[in-house]
Amino acid sequence: MKRMTWLVPALYIVFLMLPIYWLLCMSFKTTNEILGHFTPWPQNFTFENYRKILTDSTWYMGYVNSLIYVVINTVMSVAVALPAAYAFSRYRFLGDKHLFFWLLSNRMAPAAVFALPFFQLYSAIGLFDTHIAVALAHCLFNVPLAVWILEGFMSGVPKELDELAFIDGYPFWKFFVKIFLPAIAAGIGVAAFFCFMFSWVELLLAKTLTSVAAKPIAATMTRTASASGYELGLLAAAGALTIVPGAFVIYFVRNYIAKGFSLGRV
Amino acid sequence: MSARTVNQKAWWLVLPVLVLVGFNAIVPLMTVVNYSVQETFGNNKFFFEGVKWFEMVIHSARFHDALKRQLLFTAIVLAIEVPLGVAVALAMPRRGVWASVCLVLMSMPLLIPWNVVGAIWNIFALPDIGMLGWTLNRAGIDYNFTRQPVAAWATLIAMDVWHWTSLVALLAYAGLSAIPDAYYQAAKIDGASSWAVFRHVQLPKMKHVLTIAVLLRFMDSFMIYTEPFVLTGGGPGNATTLLSIDLVKIALGQFDLGPAGAMSLIYFLIILLLSWMFYRVMTLGEAE
Repeated sequence: MKRMTWLVPALYIVFLMLPIYWLLCMSFKTTNEILGHFTPWPQNFTFENYRKILTDSTWYMGYVNSLIYVVINTVMSVAVALPAAYAFSRYRFLGDKHLFFWLLSNRMAPAAVFALPFFQLYSAIGLFDTHIAVALAHCLFNVPLAVWILEGFMSGVPKELDELAFIDGYPFWKFFVKIFLPAIAAGIGVAAFFCFMFSWVELLLAKTLTSVAAKPIAATMTRTASASGYELGLLAAAGALTIVPGAFVIYFVRNYIAKGFSLGRV
Repeated sequence: MSARTVNQKAWWLVLPVLVLVGFNAIVPLMTVVNYSVQETFGNNKFFFEGVKWFEMVIHSARFHDALKRQLLFTAIVLAIEVPLGVAVALAMPRRGVWASVCLVLMSMPLLIPWNVVGAIWNIFALPDIGMLGWTLNRAGIDYNFTRQPVAAWATLIAMDVWHWTSLVALLAYAGLSAIPDAYYQAAKIDGASSWAVFRHVQLPKMKHVLTIAVLLRFMDSFMIYTEPFVLTGGGPGNATTLLSIDLVKIALGQFDLGPAGAMSLIYFLIILLLSWMFYRVMTLGEAE
């Protein structure tokens, strides 16, 4: 019985891979073949769908736009979350618990609720259709998450580390950057991974806040679908390409994730 | 935690977060509050209406139905994803190449944009040309998720399980890999059964990460919008019209800002309340 345990993750991964296989399979088919009849693998293998996406700027700029705002958002979220998480893990101050729950409550706000007000807010301050607008809007749910994750990691670092550094005469910022940040490097990796992930996959706000100049790839896909009927092959190729950046990020942080959230507060 | 010192200057460290999140949260929230108590006939003229919209939403059958569907969806999804995620994490290799392979492959669905997830499952489940739909129909099961409510629900739940179980599994795995080998050796010497190891060694160590996992899954499944919108569009009929979908229909489809605002606030309060209850129940006893 013990020897059969590998079957559980193996079957689970097969289940995960089937729809992805189907997506890849369709991306190498012509639209005619897809709509014609069911074929388990491409009969007329073609790279045409990918060629179109990588040479047409209305397509590939979608990826560039998405990556720009996702990176801005990740950097911004982690940067502001670091000092805040330090404050929550090391100090008690007036209203700290309420503040923490209020932060988390923003993670619970459905994007559908905020879509229209966000549109009005960012139009009013002249940031509509810019990368920075989407990056700022995504802070609503990413900053609380980053604070939450980092706080867990920081609480796992013994307080003696801070005290010894201060006794040795380190000024606060020097201690924070030179000693403390390296000590929670794994936590920063995990927080950045989650910020990247939630910003990359979110579409409702990103689509609401952009029209042309900063339009994310996911929105390009929905619009093309409605304009020229269903070009399923093209859509499948575009979808397959949205998996690539995520796969890269996962590959780089895989060891940090394994070390994981549990470092703090267990 | 008890070692934290009182320091009011810590507010300065929290200030950037406060400004950033406050800007994004308070202005839009106040806009929603404004809508929820006013009536408009277009051309930007608003009239104060008090709690009229709130009464309307609370008593509307449409809202009740959407809320019931939403609660059912969240309950089913949590009941499947949490045990499955934990089971996968327990059976995964602890370290080595295979552990990395599992982690990378399992994370894939998490990194796919939500509308692409919907699109993938849409083409995967199409009854005539999709792999799943075609196979099911070939096997003699009458399956068409665009026409049958039950099939639409099954597809929706399969999609969410596919999309999010890995998050639970990753978190549970992180909790498990923090357990020192000495614990297992001690359990072995004591002759503990694998259930006893799970109950007394693994589960307590996973408690913190599982709290995070359940909370995240609860909140996100309660707010789900894009995936079901792309997959079924809320249909057939209203069978899969969850709260968010209904809300967007009212706010952007019909432009009924008052009822939409009131509904948003009620919706938000329900999530807040349930999350807080979850949080209290799951961290019970941790404070002492």
